[in-house]
Amino acid sequence: MADKKTLEAYWNENKKLTAFTMIIWFVVTYVAAFFAKDLNNIVIFGFPFGYYMAAQGSLIVFVWLIFNYAFKMNKLDRKYGVQEEEEE
Amino acid sequence: MAKQKSAFLDNLGKIYLMYTGIFIAFVIGLGIAEKMGMSNKTMGYMFMGVTIGVYALIGVLSRTAKISEYYVAGRSVPAFFNGMATGSDWMSAASFIGMAGTIFGLGYDGLAYIMGWTGGYVLLAVFLGPYLRKFGQYTIPDFLGARYGGHAARTIGIIAAITASFTYLIAQVTGVGIIMSRFLAIDFQVGVFVGLAGILVCSMLGGMKAVTWTQVAQYIILIVAYLTPVTVMSYKATGVPISQIMYGQVLQKIDAKEKAINADAKEAEVRALWKKEVAKIDADIKGLPASLDQKKQDLDAKLAALPADAPAKGREAVEKAIKGLPKNPEEAKEKWTAAKTAAAGKSKPIKPYLEPFARLDMKNMLALTFCLMVGTAGLPHILMRYYTVPSVKDARISVGWSLFFIFLLYFTAPAYAAFARNEVLSNIVGLPIASLPTWMANWAKVGLVSFKDINADGILQFYELTIGPDAIVLATPEIAGLPYVVSGLVAAGGLAAALSTADGLLLTISNALSHDLYYKIVNPKASILKRLTISRVLLVVVALISAYVATFKLTIIVELVAWAFSIAAASFFPALVMGIWDKRANKAGALAGMWAGFGTCLFYMIGSRFYGLDWWGIKTISSGLFGIPLGFITIYVVSRLTAAPTKEMQELVESVRIPKGAGQAHAE
Repeated sequence: MADKKTLEAYWNENKKLTAFTMIIWFVVTYVAAFFAKDLNNIVIFGFPFGYYMAAQGSLIVFVWLIFNYAFKMNKLDRKYGVQEEEEE
Repeated sequence: MAKQKSAFLDNLGKIYLMYTGIFIAFVIGLGIAEKMGMSNKTMGYMFMGVTIGVYALIGVLSRTAKISEYYVAGRSVPAFFNGMATGSDWMSAASFIGMAGTIFGLGYDGLAYIMGWTGGYVLLAVFLGPYLRKFGQYTIPDFLGARYGGHAARTIGIIAAITASFTYLIAQVTGVGIIMSRFLAIDFQVGVFVGLAGILVCSMLGGMKAVTWTQVAQYIILIVAYLTPVTVMSYKATGVPISQIMYGQVLQKIDAKEKAINADAKEAEVRALWKKEVAKIDADIKGLPASLDQKKQDLDAKLAALPADAPAKGREAVEKAIKGLPKNPEEAKEKWTAAKTAAAGKSKPIKPYLEPFARLDMKNMLALTFCLMVGTAGLPHILMRYYTVPSVKDARISVGWSLFFIFLLYFTAPAYAAFARNEVLSNIVGLPIASLPTWMANWAKVGLVSFKDINADGILQFYELTIGPDAIVLATPEIAGLPYVVSGLVAAGGLAAALSTADGLLLTISNALSHDLYYKIVNPKASILKRLTISRVLLVVVALISAYVATFKLTIIVELVAWAFSIAAASFFPALVMGIWDKRANKAGALAGMWAGFGTCLFYMIGSRFYGLDWWGIKTISSGLFGIPLGFITIYVVSRLTAAPTKEMQELVESVRIPKGAGQAHAE
């Protein structure tokens, strides 16, 4: 078991990454939907932007967010030496 | 991990690639057979028979007597394939058949479902998935039981898991019955039981292990089936077969068409007629109960007035109308109010498809999105899937793959809806009633499409046509004029979506009963053989009960499924998240929080649906909006007012937070 201090530092970094992920998540869904009417005035490739964000844009960001979180966390595990045994 | 299994696990990619190739060859072969004169019915049997046969075969090949294989597939499912399995576990008959139709009808506001059912995976990825894998038990109530101690938390977990999963299961079984009966021309009841037999062979013999490998196979079929028709439609409409990019152009056409329809004089005439209809229904509702009696008397008089030699058809029509009357004033009020709302919708110009909050107000759309998201992250049959990967690291990546595979279908659904809407607005509306395409009559027969020339001008106006949401995906191959083999493919895809979800749900319910209730609470000394036997028997029993309930075709089921999300969101999510993220959370807090969340949610659901309760104008479907925050606050406050959890418990939480040591959880 790693010592308490390492654990705390690891958990704090995790919290920061989680907060970052949730902020982006919130912006692409709720903030984008809140301003959907205004965003619809921007039309790209036939798509009104407000509509596009709800239909595709937010989804693409979600997929990216999860992979980003996974890769960063897996790196963080190694940095603090708390990764699973198999990979040592 | 046992060595003999690795031959299969090492070659997963090759095996499923080959499987996909064979499946595509099979579809092409049937396409050729169609050209050579194979009948539609034979083709239906080929599609249903072969796909269900494959699922059953996978079940037989994956049979197991090991507890860890039965419950969590031996924790040996690679992240990528677990993502695929989660995709089909997640995407139900509603996603496959209903979602594009919902967007078709609701426009922008229907996207609440798209965002809600994908955004939930972000919550799952950062708050729950990896930690549950580290904890490494068999079920979700397991976590509640271990983290909060004693049987109380586990029991609430069992109740919530079964409530949420069972309503959802009935909807899947109903979906199976509808697809089987429509494409095989057999009885709905028979269809339900044939479909169930397929599910049972699979999950009974091999538990989670068999379900996993079947779900991967089902994902491949359902995604091929979903993408094929819309890709062809895109190619036909725009010359480019990438529907997800090309439908931007179509959106502009829809907007222009809607404006033209709103300006059309004949369309205005139809709207005016609907307005009169609203007034008529309104008078009927106000005149209850006398108006209902009057209607019955009128029809009885009409029947009596028919001459003895009147054609049987006319007599049957009147008899049917009498039978169709509401049984009592309460039922009449409910039915007529719904009819009034529908008529009122048709009395106004079309609200622009692309305009946000035209059909749901902003508050309700955002609330619905939120409840669906949190509910997604709280559904036990999905959470359970992350127990099956080898490590925490894999669990994290696997959530990404899950969402990726779901995303492939979900980001296509709005394109599907747009192409279908464009087709209807441009090529169907405005046709002479006498020369409507045959698919409309075919689907009118099963009640998914209806049309009536209410202004009697011989032309179909927009508001003379009603298309049920379920018709969009199922009828699109015919709308686009594709050969019947594509219709068969879509049916096989819908069946795969319904069966895969039913498999996961069935396992969740029987595990909650056999593992959590029987083994953990009633008889902890039960042998492995006994536990597995009980679990298999329960699978059959639960399946039979759900099939029995499904044969009643209760209309409330669709509504109940939507409720399941709010229930899962308000009861499970706060207790699970706080169990990991708040070391101070204790048993008293969790129990109070789960009851408060579950209770508030249920109270508002029933209150707003049946007794006119109204908090802040929120609709019944988003009832979780109140229960979710209340659950969190209650856990936080009550935990701090009572004694802190033991030192061992706090250490458990600490160990869940780091991946190290996950290997130990393999024990047993």
